[in-house]
Amino acid sequence: MTATQDPRSTTNRPFDPAASAAAATDAILRDTLHGTRRGVVVDSPPGAGKSTLVVRAARELAAAGRPLMVVAQTNAQVDDLVLRLAGKDPELPVGRLHSSEPGAFDPVLAELPAVRTSAKIADLAGMDVVVSTAAKWAYTKVDEPWRHAIVDEAYQMRSDALLSVAGLFERALFVGDPGQLDPFSVVGAEQWAGLAYDPSSSAVSTLLAHNPDLPQHRLPVSWRLPASAAPLVSAAFYPYTPFRSGTGHGDRRLAFGVPGDGSGVDRVLDEAAESGWGLLELPARHTPRTDPEAVRAVAQVVRRLLDRGGAATSESPASAGGTADPVPLTSGRIAVGTAHRDQAAAVRTALAGLGVTGVAVDTANRLQGREFDVTVVLHPLSGRPDATAFHLETGRLCVLASRHRHACIVVCRAGVADLLDEHPSTEPVRLGVTIKFPDGWEANHSVLAHLNEHRVVWRP
Amino acid sequence: MSYERALRKPHGNGSAAPKPDRRQRRIRDWAPRMSVPDARLPQVNVSRDSRPASAAPPGAPPMPTPSLRVGAPPSVSWGRLTELRGPGVRPRSLDARALAALAANPGCRRRALLDGAGIDKGALAQALGSPAAYGQSQFAIVRGNAFEARVKGDGGTELLRLLHERLAPGTPPPEPETVATPDLSAAGPEGRAARTALALREATAAGGWALLDHPMLAVEVAGSPAYVEPDAVVVHPDGSWTVVEIKSFPMIDGSADAAKVGAAARQAAVYVLALEPVAGHVGAHTGRAVQVRDRVLLVCPKDFSNLPTAAAVDVRKQLATTRRQLARLTRVEEIAATLPAETTFDLRLTDDGTATRPPEELAKAVETVDAAYAPECLAACELAFHCRKRSRQDGAVEALGRGVRGELGGLGTIEEVLAAAGPEGASGLGAADPDDPAVVALRRAAALRAEALAGTAVPPQRTKEAGCR
Amino acid sequence: MSLIETLARIEAAAAGRARPRCTVRHRHLSERPLVFVPLTTAGEAGAPLGALVGTDREKPALLAVPQPRDRDLRFAFLAELAETVLPYVDGFADAIEWEERKETDPETGKKVPVQVELCADAPQLIVPSAAGIEYVRLLGRSMRFRRTAEQEPEAPFPAPPHVPLLGRWLTHFGERARVPGAGLLLSMTGLLTRHWASGQSVLEDQHLGALLAWIDPPPGLSGREAAERAESARDAAGQLLCPPAGPATDPAFDNRLLAPAMARYDAGLPGAEDELRTLVEGQLRPTWDAVWQGIDLLRALPVGARVADRWKRDRWSYTAHRDRVRAGEPPQPKQDDAVTAAQKLSARESAQAQLDAQEALDDPLVMAGRRLAGEAFQGTVTDVEMAMSEGRRPMPRPLVTLRTADHPHLAEGAKLYRPLADGRTQPGEFVAHAAEEPGVLVVRLTGGMGRGKTPEPGSVPEPADVVCWTLFEHAPRGGPELPDPEDIPWTHGGPPPAPGDPPHAAPDPVTAEDFL
Repeated sequence: MTATQDPRSTTNRPFDPAASAAAATDAILRDTLHGTRRGVVVDSPPGAGKSTLVVRAARELAAAGRPLMVVAQTNAQVDDLVLRLAGKDPELPVGRLHSSEPGAFDPVLAELPAVRTSAKIADLAGMDVVVSTAAKWAYTKVDEPWRHAIVDEAYQMRSDALLSVAGLFERALFVGDPGQLDPFSVVGAEQWAGLAYDPSSSAVSTLLAHNPDLPQHRLPVSWRLPASAAPLVSAAFYPYTPFRSGTGHGDRRLAFGVPGDGSGVDRVLDEAAESGWGLLELPARHTPRTDPEAVRAVAQVVRRLLDRGGAATSESPASAGGTADPVPLTSGRIAVGTAHRDQAAAVRTALAGLGVTGVAVDTANRLQGREFDVTVVLHPLSGRPDATAFHLETGRLCVLASRHRHACIVVCRAGVADLLDEHPSTEPVRLGVTIKFPDGWEANHSVLAHLNEHRVVWRP
Repeated sequence: MSYERALRKPHGNGSAAPKPDRRQRRIRDWAPRMSVPDARLPQVNVSRDSRPASAAPPGAPPMPTPSLRVGAPPSVSWGRLTELRGPGVRPRSLDARALAALAANPGCRRRALLDGAGIDKGALAQALGSPAAYGQSQFAIVRGNAFEARVKGDGGTELLRLLHERLAPGTPPPEPETVATPDLSAAGPEGRAARTALALREATAAGGWALLDHPMLAVEVAGSPAYVEPDAVVVHPDGSWTVVEIKSFPMIDGSADAAKVGAAARQAAVYVLALEPVAGHVGAHTGRAVQVRDRVLLVCPKDFSNLPTAAAVDVRKQLATTRRQLARLTRVEEIAATLPAETTFDLRLTDDGTATRPPEELAKAVETVDAAYAPECLAACELAFHCRKRSRQDGAVEALGRGVRGELGGLGTIEEVLAAAGPEGASGLGAADPDDPAVVALRRAAALRAEALAGTAVPPQRTKEAGCR
Repeated sequence: MSLIETLARIEAAAAGRARPRCTVRHRHLSERPLVFVPLTTAGEAGAPLGALVGTDREKPALLAVPQPRDRDLRFAFLAELAETVLPYVDGFADAIEWEERKETDPETGKKVPVQVELCADAPQLIVPSAAGIEYVRLLGRSMRFRRTAEQEPEAPFPAPPHVPLLGRWLTHFGERARVPGAGLLLSMTGLLTRHWASGQSVLEDQHLGALLAWIDPPPGLSGREAAERAESARDAAGQLLCPPAGPATDPAFDNRLLAPAMARYDAGLPGAEDELRTLVEGQLRPTWDAVWQGIDLLRALPVGARVADRWKRDRWSYTAHRDRVRAGEPPQPKQDDAVTAAQKLSARESAQAQLDAQEALDDPLVMAGRRLAGEAFQGTVTDVEMAMSEGRRPMPRPLVTLRTADHPHLAEGAKLYRPLADGRTQPGEFVAHAAEEPGVLVVRLTGGMGRGKTPEPGSVPEPADVVCWTLFEHAPRGGPELPDPEDIPWTHGGPPPAPGDPPHAAPDPVTAEDFL
């Protein structure tokens, strides 16, 4: 399948990920600091150093004497950016604009010397960088627009949210991951489908529809995804904008201190340690969302990951030279991803029943932007009698399949391939709407085909 | 998809065979009568391998074998499918609309078998006593024809102008007098398909604009050719080809009914697929890079007039869908092999077209292959009313909608669901597993519903007789 | 479809009769609605065939176009429609109330209270089905750009002044109908499916006759039998006993009855026009009666407590459009600009959130669905422990322990809302599940207890009280302010062309030839 093909296999020069990424970053910063256009768009695949780029661009703009505003989508993202900025440059004056609700920001920020927090923009006057959510910025009024802005997670921002903040800045760097979950609306927005400024579309689609010749860049290297995962994720979810892993095969290693007991769960762990992927396939059956067997299987996989003394060895940082030491695979380095909240709740209960704590269990929406050593995924289509647009959404599967640094183990009932084949395709077509690739159907099939090569059939 | 449309009754008595006159062709693609690999019909002797050669006009190189290898493997016994139709019954060829509709319910084995074997589902439904409810108003037909004539009038000047504007802006516009409009008339669909292939080759080699009005194309479906007829195909000077779909629903202020555009896009995808092998061949022959564009031109009336306007429609997704649905039709023989040996769907028609086979017997035959009925079928399959009746009799929950199954897990019938929703241990079936989350949730739902309704239920009162009773 | 709704449908299928989805009526029903049942000509976007319209169920006005391909006759139909509908719509314009509203003073820039007019009641149009609503929009679009003789004395085919005016009103109703819970323009299938679950699918519910058959079957027939009959039973001449609710006609009617009658009309035969009118009326009348039957069924339901609140928003909407018309503003443009589109989307999202909350608060059956979905929980108070907030001015923050059989999706610190008997909402937050005791949880009340150091009497629940908390807000607020249209930023294409510039307000061209 195409997933394993190297998008650049035609070139003979060895691929230098660091150089390639640095060249991309330099070009982005050049356009941002010295370009003449009002906008610069950067596509960043999973783990390609988007946050690093945002922090660097913000610091360089500030250093050039050009104060800026930063727009992120959630309070957690804002807090994370502020922490990263302070971590890189503890002296940099950073303002954290927040809502007036109690607990609106991470209390840790209050302890950072150069960071000032306030619910009023006037209190943050003179700060080099002011960071807030799009929702808060939308209620903010300024006399003079900022000369610069950075809009983070721009593909998850809705066009109407950009409309309400775009008046605050003159020019902006838009950064985001086009492969993750699209923004949505709970009410119909079909009447605007095909309009360049369709308020329910993503901020980037509107921006590019109106400004098609803005410079567009792409971060070419995923530092998170291992060599085993990047080709699949790139081919399945980014067919027209391929990327590479920053590490080679063998640079990362996952090993267990305790040998497997021959059970299906242990065999899938061994397969995942070996190949980076594992599919634990349960017998075909139609089940409700919180399929007890599948939920138990997910919990057992996590339990055994911990019990078998997993250890993850990563590539050494380029500066250090030698091989890094193995790091024990603790619960904080593991995540469980599901499609629905009730599934996440059921997994949490099952994990508690097995005495496991500290593992992040959440839906794809909430795992966006996060990173773990090993992820265990309950396949969105497992046990379903029908596939729906929600379950087929490309971004959902992409998020679930791209959170890991070492291995991803998918728990799924047999029969999903048939379910996909039998899915009716009678989608309406709206004139003027650019179709999004890849199609969820295709992406699901290619991921499934790849997982099938790492399948362990198990009857609990 | 309009449900009311699905409930319309055909005009005439429903089973009348379509006449291949020009008016009908606009509405449904040509259904060939004598172009099928059926050993019992002496006048055709078309095997998969000889068909392309025999289809080409003398002197012309053979038409390419479609790269799209759909249909049963060569080992298939066609006799079995013939038996299913009944002796002497010609298979019904699938038109582009029917091919596009395969994607509507790809999980239905009954539909796959009946379509794959070329059985007339409309006549079958009629004979079963649950006739389909399709039909077309003559006003719509007249309007459609008038509109198409207007679009293509004047040597296609307006059509080419729209196409150039939407699909090739920035290139020199076509000069009306230089647009070639080759004559495509020939005897029979094979002859017309061969004539079309030749015209495409010549037009492509000439390197100018050409408008092919109602070309004929062949698609291989489950091993036999189906002939499909797009409204038009345009050859560009750069050697690329565009499929043109002319529809009579309006584009108002640049937007149109999304369900109808979707159906048009799926239909256009069939034409693109059918053109691809021809393009490969023409490319090889002319040495030009021939490309069938995956953006088709949809021409519709503008606003409230019948002046034409157009939009480019990207059909890449529909192409992928149609490709895999056609490929899956290979299952037909597999399904046929599972049927009891004596199964046949023969209606035993008399000379005047009356079915003499007892409906119960037919129903039994139909039951030998599973259907995957869902309410969406009502607008997409002639047999839907029959399948709905059976589905309702069986108490299948899918009769209430595809989405209903989502939270019911393994519970597939109304009886099972009600048993599960009943109080613990009180159900007659006693089969509900108290640990099944679906059962737990249903019990909770039933209890919450009962609690909320207690004392507040307002049963609807009968009102006066309504007019349609 | 939610599980509780699936269950209702399954119960209905088993019982052969629709089951309630609500215990109260969630939509305002006017005392004098205008029922509008249109028919259109097959294959034509802009050619109405006829309509029954009116407020008196016994005396609908019949409008028919004997030859839809004749532009004069089509225009005459629209003029007649305007003459029939506009007096009804205008009839609500002058009975007003005064409301106080905060407006920005243009001189000081401060918000100051002003007295504004609010129409005491508003028109309500009811059409048979969703396709009817779409048709109202289509009519609005086709009429509002028509030019009158006054506007363009030279232009051929001038429209009577009230034709573009009705077009603007119909456009307004059509847009308002996209707002969740709004009631200026409603479809009967939409109203009925909101309140009853039939034993068939959502798709089949679009057939008004079949849907009514499930809800109110004639004696001796089950809902299913009656519905199947309504869908497909035909008379000896092959005509449906229950014609489609339109605006599309049945092809068998077109081909066997309408086409020959039109041919006779075209040939100028005497009595042909009357015959056509009778035919069209025969197709419309059953649907007309069905709509009124639906109105009767809905009127039998008690109205929800917050329905009047939503209807007031419809009255505001009506009043605002009345003002725009009176101010001589141009018709609504063909496409919304970026700001208008964003404003509408935002308004509809808040309306949806508000509708969802209000329906749940008004109706225990709707709340049951939210409880099942983990978005609300109800239970019995087992303990109340007084506690105070920290800070300079400690306030009461009592901890309420509750036993519930519901399974809410609660994260620590989750905000909770409790409806109080007086209609207000009391905020709270989730504290914890009781250890070792499933179904018991603790909620901290964070407000709604007055300003004193001790809670106001009755503001804190007591042991044995049955209380219900929701995870959703009861009066969700709308989105942020958006820029003025002339300040549309560069990301969204910059300011739109000034009004009057093409292509925004260009009327549809009137051609010498009738291109239909």
